[in-house]
Amino acid sequence: MQEGVSVWQFMAQQSGQLIRQTWTHLGLTLISLILAILIAVPLGVFISRRKRFAGLVLGFAGILQTIPSIALLGVMIPFLGIGPKPAIIALFLYALLPIVRNTYTGITEVDAAVKDAAKGMGMSKWQILTKVEFPLAFPVLMAGIRTATVINVGVATLAAYIAAGGLGEFIFGGIALNNSNMILAGAIPAALLAILLDVLLSVAQKFSLKRVRLVYVFLPFCILLLCSFYLLPSRIGGRMLAGFTPEFMGREDGYLGLKKVYGLNMETVVISDAMKYKAAFEGKLDVIDGYSTDGRLKAFDLVTLIDDKFIFPPYYAAPVVRQDILQRYPLLEGILNRLSGLISDQEMTSLNYRVDKLHESPEKVAHDFLTSKKLLQSDKSGPSGVIRIGSKVFGEQYILAQMYKMLIESGSNLTVETKTGLGGTKICFDALNNKQIDFYPEYTGTGFLVLLKPSKLLIFRLTKDKNAVYTYVQKEFSEKYNLKWLKPIGFNNSYALMMRRGQAQKLSIKSISDLTNHLKQN
Amino acid sequence: MIKAEKLSKSYNGIPAVHQLSFEVARGENLILLGTSGCGKTTTLRMINRLIEPDQGTVYLDGKDIREGEPETLRRKIGYVLQNHGLFPHYTVAENVEIVPRLLKWNTKQVQARTEELFGKLGLDLSLLKKHPAALSGGQQQRVGLARALMADPPVLLMDEPFGALDSITRIGIRKEFLELDELQKKTIIMVTHDIQEAFEMGDRICLMDKGRIMQLGSPEQLLFEPANDFVKEFLKQQHLHLELKVLKVRGRSAWNMMDELGSEALRNLLNDYKS
Repeated sequence: MQEGVSVWQFMAQQSGQLIRQTWTHLGLTLISLILAILIAVPLGVFISRRKRFAGLVLGFAGILQTIPSIALLGVMIPFLGIGPKPAIIALFLYALLPIVRNTYTGITEVDAAVKDAAKGMGMSKWQILTKVEFPLAFPVLMAGIRTATVINVGVATLAAYIAAGGLGEFIFGGIALNNSNMILAGAIPAALLAILLDVLLSVAQKFSLKRVRLVYVFLPFCILLLCSFYLLPSRIGGRMLAGFTPEFMGREDGYLGLKKVYGLNMETVVISDAMKYKAAFEGKLDVIDGYSTDGRLKAFDLVTLIDDKFIFPPYYAAPVVRQDILQRYPLLEGILNRLSGLISDQEMTSLNYRVDKLHESPEKVAHDFLTSKKLLQSDKSGPSGVIRIGSKVFGEQYILAQMYKMLIESGSNLTVETKTGLGGTKICFDALNNKQIDFYPEYTGTGFLVLLKPSKLLIFRLTKDKNAVYTYVQKEFSEKYNLKWLKPIGFNNSYALMMRRGQAQKLSIKSISDLTNHLKQN
Repeated sequence: MIKAEKLSKSYNGIPAVHQLSFEVARGENLILLGTSGCGKTTTLRMINRLIEPDQGTVYLDGKDIREGEPETLRRKIGYVLQNHGLFPHYTVAENVEIVPRLLKWNTKQVQARTEELFGKLGLDLSLLKKHPAALSGGQQQRVGLARALMADPPVLLMDEPFGALDSITRIGIRKEFLELDELQKKTIIMVTHDIQEAFEMGDRICLMDKGRIMQLGSPEQLLFEPANDFVKEFLKQQHLHLELKVLKVRGRSAWNMMDELGSEALRNLLNDYKS
């Protein structure tokens, strides 16, 4: 946490961002909600008339509800690309069930005698629906809409993963950057938004019917206004668009540094790591951030731009291990160091390529590599015990975790549990500190900038020298956290900007400075 | 006025009403009497097309009711339900205005008619602003009747109109209904399972069982000339009571004279009459 800066100060500093994200969040929630109401209410009425469809429709809506939000967003990408469109559709799908179900329940539960009287007096079907069934089902219907609203405010945070914006930008940026203020700056407004919308709807529910009708007239106008602001094209006139992860957006050695050091000024959207390569490949994005050893570079035919002003610090991977574990199992350090200096940038990229693009299992790739290097001789010695390896959620970390697992299990009596998929840096690091894992592969740059949060002066002094950074993190981690950085594995998985090969060649952009100049000229 | 011809209706192959025919004259009260499931409500609901018969035809003023829209037909026929069927989200005023609004009356007409009817039914005008839930059972039933009578329909269908009331209230309201001049000129078909009610209110009674008519005739006919054993059996328990209601001495019902004469005198009178 930045020293002395409270959440409120952070929010004040970032008020522009905060307002923009909140508006987007509100826009996503409301547009999807309105769409859901427009579809779900008639659908609910329909199944209350044709009961044999009720099970089918409610069942289908129920299944939609059980799909994890991230998965649903991922499924949307091939059809709808990135941005607000898939996000709105996903949110729309989530809002369907509560509204359909409550419309159906509300209408079905209207007193049969009342419906009978209405019919017997000569009211038409439409009049019975609008004057009897709807008003009487209204409280139940509204309860459904309120449930859907609260769900949508929550799920809309995930829109940040597919370049649709919203408060998820702060939340996921904060998680990635180990910045609690940033997490709260996204989470608090999101919670308030959920409460506020729920209260507003509960007030609307209590209005007399005539006033409610007024609200119905005004609501679409408000929504239209919101839509018009929101659906403004984010790419005006063929300008280049960059998509950066929430983490990259908030880092000094990321977008902030690009702006300061290079004077880079371009349209940006926030997008998740999983989506950005595909989006760049499909031309939805022109510039993305990434890692220089990422297999997807090869898979999607992207090129990295040369960092000619050295803003990206070196990211040499090395295992970070708890000292107490090294003391308990002295032979562990030697085993882990067998990998040191062994994997080059190119080798790592091609290993990653096999996992990310060719979809080989990390186990197989790790096993092949270790066998080719003849590192898998069986040498069972030493005490038995369990070592828990953590890893972040991407291929390279899975491969490294598997390699360590195989090395340890073939070279000792220890057994290994892998806890893969620990989200971002903060989650891994916290798990390590809380003794939930024993070690995980970390990068010198991440340890330096994200976990230690050095002063700007220190960053300036150290970033250009890979050994200086390593020495610094080794010393600091040992003193502050009682954690040991073992020897680096060899490759430097640093941040890089990347573009499609064809576009980069056409515009003759080779370095980040070239990109900046190109943008300035246009 | 109303003529039903060979009405049949079955549900899932089980006949609810079978080959039913009857006629109701203008201004007459016909009671459909029978136990639960005898088809009386089904019969009633075929007259305003809430149920369409499988076979047979209903004529209203000589015209097949299937000509024209069911909604138009229903607006001309008053309908009173057992559980009053008042709209809980409407005030009493809005409830009674439903049919006039459907018929596009203007506000003045509606108001005048509401005041007239409320006066006749002994309902206080202060009730108009209340919601049905704030009314007593008797008031609810009276408002239900007022709603059915608002547009002054020539025909009134009543489905167990007093069924939801306690017996004391029921007897009181029944009396009021009988004395109501609004109802005198109306053609009424009423469904009930209450034999007393049927005998008190009906000009003619149609006793039904298993979807068929057991006997259709005046109360006296049912009582003294039962068409079959079913009718005899059905009326047996309350025979004496019914006799008292049916028998008239110099144009007055014996039952009503009981208060004046005392039961002893009445029994003597009755014995004289019988012998």
